[in-house]
Amino acid sequence: MNWLETFRSAVDAVRAHRMRSILTMLGIVIGISSVILTVGFGQGAQDKVKDQISALGSNLLIVSPGSTTSSSGVRGGFGSASTLTLQDAEAIADKTVAPDVKNVAAQTSTSAELVNGTTNWTTSIVGTTTSWPEVRKRSLSAGRFFNEDEVTSAAHVVVLGADTASELFSGPVSPVGQSVTVDGTQMTVIGVLASSGSSSSGTSEDDQAVTPMTTAKRLTGSTNASVSTIYVQAQSGDALSAAYQEIDGLLTNLHGVSASTADFSISSQQSLVATANSTNKTLTVLLTGIAGISLLVGGIGVMNIMLVSVTERIREIGLRKALGAAPRVIRRQFLVEASLLGLAGGIIGVIIAVVGAAVLPSLINQPVSLSLVATAGAIGTSLILGIGFGVYPASRAARLTPIDALRSE
Amino acid sequence: MSRLIVPEPVVELAGIRKMYRSGSIEFEALRGVDITINQGEYVAVIGPSGSGKSTLMNILGCLDNPSDGTYLLGGEDVSTMSEAQLAHVRNRRIGFVFQQFNLLTSLPAWRNVELPLIYAGIGRAERRERSIRALERVGLGDRVENRPGELSGGQQQRVAVARALVSEPDIILADEPTGNLDSVSTEAVLGLLDELHHSGRTIVLITHEHEVAARAQRNLVIRDGQITSDELVAA
Repeated sequence: MNWLETFRSAVDAVRAHRMRSILTMLGIVIGISSVILTVGFGQGAQDKVKDQISALGSNLLIVSPGSTTSSSGVRGGFGSASTLTLQDAEAIADKTVAPDVKNVAAQTSTSAELVNGTTNWTTSIVGTTTSWPEVRKRSLSAGRFFNEDEVTSAAHVVVLGADTASELFSGPVSPVGQSVTVDGTQMTVIGVLASSGSSSSGTSEDDQAVTPMTTAKRLTGSTNASVSTIYVQAQSGDALSAAYQEIDGLLTNLHGVSASTADFSISSQQSLVATANSTNKTLTVLLTGIAGISLLVGGIGVMNIMLVSVTERIREIGLRKALGAAPRVIRRQFLVEASLLGLAGGIIGVIIAVVGAAVLPSLINQPVSLSLVATAGAIGTSLILGIGFGVYPASRAARLTPIDALRSE
Repeated sequence: MSRLIVPEPVVELAGIRKMYRSGSIEFEALRGVDITINQGEYVAVIGPSGSGKSTLMNILGCLDNPSDGTYLLGGEDVSTMSEAQLAHVRNRRIGFVFQQFNLLTSLPAWRNVELPLIYAGIGRAERRERSIRALERVGLGDRVENRPGELSGGQQQRVAVARALVSEPDIILADEPTGNLDSVSTEAVLGLLDELHHSGRTIVLITHEHEVAARAQRNLVIRDGQITSDELVAA
């Protein structure tokens, strides 16, 4: 009896007990589809984080002011002090001190009300330097960014975020060249930022107004040189940790502090990615483990049913043996039947997972990226499960003696 | 009777013994059986239950090995063969007809008949053709696609006879073939066996009914594991 005949007779047997076959496959179906979907969710979450991070600009270090300690000993959180200054930013930008730094953009941030005719909108006003678009990986959808002359002269110019622009200027007219009032000061809109999507910190990167830092200082009436954040772009991803060391050493020196009393902190996007990914990975491993257990239970279901099937079909086995089926032919028949159940369950599971991956993201607002490797692996696993859990029932069937098998009622 | 053709022996049993052990008790089901069956003979083995009839049938059918003695089937010594070898011998040389019909209920008649041919490695088209021919031979040419559930007991047993015929075996071994049938079906099946006998088939019929045995050409009586009588039946 060749493989084709064995396969045909296995298909016959699976079809002859249709309901039972479906119920047997159910365990494998659930196991396979949940493994694929779980891995897909994990992958999707990682991709999403990666996208968000790269939207913020890679090779980026963020220097924030440190904590304050009042005379009574009460400590504020990080960022509560105003220890970072424009001079710090200029020192970091010095190539002889920090050769691994490519570009620096310091920024201040305040809130202000913007008015265009009868429309008003409150948003954050970012004061910064001309290197800001490059460091923050932002481009303009219209107009231009401000230049050095405008920074020096504290010109009344502003670049609007995409959302801010659409809030203030509805209609077909381009905002570029129009004027808005910022906290009572008339300013000219010279450009609109291209949309970047939301930032990982939750505040919209598309709702802000960017002005020269000198202009922003004058708006708030501030005379000191403190900045709220210094963004530093390293030469490359590999130079990130070298740049980190350089900035850390420089600022520790400039501020006259030690590591334990540091009044600033440096964080990198990379470390955020790593943290986010390791959380995702842990979760994915956990969920995949649970799904894997359900797959194992499904496999045991296949074995259980195959054992029932052997018992139920003792007479058939006896007859086939009497008619000339050698033990190995019987073993092969039951093995092929079990693998067929496993494989069919696996394929149905993959179909359900593919449909799930297409439907679920819109329902739960989570991306799912199906990997070909995971899918192929799942189908392979289901086949191996069928074979693995079919071996014992098949060898039991093969060992039956034809006389006993024929005589059983 | 002046035929000078030397009959060819198909079955040669010599000194066949079969021992069963159950715990410390040993039981001898066959105690030295010698039988020779020639080509074209129609032999009935008669005996009450417990006589060793079933054991003899198992050994004749190559379903079991004897504990002692030699069994030549078609000149081939099968007494010490392995299970896999015996399966091959059964497939080529023996056609079984059982009391319980033993048809697979999920398959149509012709696919039941083709089973021995599948294990003989014969191609699909030839299997179907030969199965249909065998079914026509037993008068079921119009029931080829029917499943066993749609056939009467007598018809089912005729399908089983077709299955025994299809591989052109050396002997047809019928174990109580009429045990589950009413008198009309019994007559139909026995008539079929008569017909096969006349066309030159070697048939071994195992039964406990004397009326059934009377249809055969030669009767062997088995009692307590030994052949006690071997005589030709007057036509």
